[in-house]
Amino acid sequence: MEPSLFTVEGLAGLLFLGLLGVTLAGAVIATCSTNLIRAVAGLALCFLGVAGLYYYLNSPFVALMQILIYVGAICVTIIFAVMLAESSELKRLRQRNGLIGPLGILASGILSWALAGMALKTEWYKSACQANDGSLARLGEALLTTYSMSFELISVVLFVAIVGSLVLARAGRSKA
Amino acid sequence: MSLHPEVIRLLIFLVGIIAFAALNAAYLVWLERKEAGHIQRRIGPKEVGPFGLLQPLADGIKLMTKQLIVPAGVDPILFKIAPILVMVPAIMSFVTIPYGENLVARNIDIGLLMIFAFASVNVLGLLLGAWGSRNKYAVISAARVVSQNVAYEIPMLITVVTLVMITGTMNLHEIVMQQQGGFWNWNILNLAASPLMPVAFLIFFVCMLAETNRAPFDMAEAESELIAGAFTEYPGMGFGVFFMGEYANIVIGASVATILFLGGWQCPFGLFPGVHWFLLKMYFLIFTVIWIRWTYPRTTFYSLLNLSWKILIPISFFNLILTSAMIKVF
Repeated sequence: MEPSLFTVEGLAGLLFLGLLGVTLAGAVIATCSTNLIRAVAGLALCFLGVAGLYYYLNSPFVALMQILIYVGAICVTIIFAVMLAESSELKRLRQRNGLIGPLGILASGILSWALAGMALKTEWYKSACQANDGSLARLGEALLTTYSMSFELISVVLFVAIVGSLVLARAGRSKA
Repeated sequence: MSLHPEVIRLLIFLVGIIAFAALNAAYLVWLERKEAGHIQRRIGPKEVGPFGLLQPLADGIKLMTKQLIVPAGVDPILFKIAPILVMVPAIMSFVTIPYGENLVARNIDIGLLMIFAFASVNVLGLLLGAWGSRNKYAVISAARVVSQNVAYEIPMLITVVTLVMITGTMNLHEIVMQQQGGFWNWNILNLAASPLMPVAFLIFFVCMLAETNRAPFDMAEAESELIAGAFTEYPGMGFGVFFMGEYANIVIGASVATILFLGGWQCPFGLFPGVHWFLLKMYFLIFTVIWIRWTYPRTTFYSLLNLSWKILIPISFFNLILTSAMIKVF
């Protein structure tokens, strides 16, 4: 039976395609734009699309974290850094090396071929099945028990990053 | 074809939320002008309609009939998209705020996180608009907005984490339900959980002022230094939408403070809980926000950052540790 647009499945499919489109459009803007700030705006759009996909896949927590961290923190930081660093307004990005384009296409072609092959060969579960309920409580428990080692290691890495940036900032400041 | 009742309910709520945000923006401007007038021993707007009540309507018509100029030299796409990027996250945050027991568009289990996630997108809109205008004042304003927001998001989130530890949930509906009874059950007076709860409320309120760029923290659009900051190049409704977003954010901040600390729609004496109590508390907080703006002068930028990093963050960390110790011991 042809899935109708006005059933729940039809609308869900439409939503999925829309989110996919948003993600891909953001990615294309981010890579093809010659203007650095517009590229970051494209990146933000791409992140929003990915967050939408997470929400679509029934993981609202990951989706909201994606927005909070990637859109709200990382994109803002990148734009801020670009704004401070780029003094001439109309500086454009130029590709220096002619090999970059073909090599990029080759690399992305291999990657998508491998991913597509993996997706087609894997035996997917027939029915919709969820490993666990994906709730916040389960996530927190897993982070503090099963994955506590990696959790701690990540916090050590972040701590080192903070101390390192403090050291760098300290060196650049005149003693006033 | 028949529509699902849930779809109809969501559509009605969406229209209602947008109307609520727009009406609040219009009449908070009126309240702001009226209150400023009385604080400065004037009477404020009075010509258009009784008590100047039709003034927002006249302002709206004026803004909407103005030509939308896109100045030469700006980045046209970013310039146009920025006001929308400020307005849409605010509308999204309204979706999960429960104004009454059943008056919520979608009761999301992690509603608190949703509000803070979308609130963080607001900065991106201001930043893109300021950069897109290619105006020196706007860029200075953007730099201030970012450093201010980064500084004030930290104590605010630590305070919220403290509260989530006490309530054990991020569902806004449940947080309100836990504060049932009288005002002694509200989180602001939950001294058994942490003796510093009133201080936590104060920290949250100060951070809310800074997050919404309100005086005394309105460095971002300090009109005596930066013309209008990030909004300098915006004409007509472009400026209007920015302003609506700003007032919507104030309403959201006051609503979240009401839910987290003041018991949401619960009555202070346990009688007749309902949306009227919520609105009363929310508008009282908004009144205070405006009151502060017209009472205190603007701070300098360094004292603003010092306040956050040297006072608010240590106190909120201390509160966090104290609360976790209290939870562990009792």
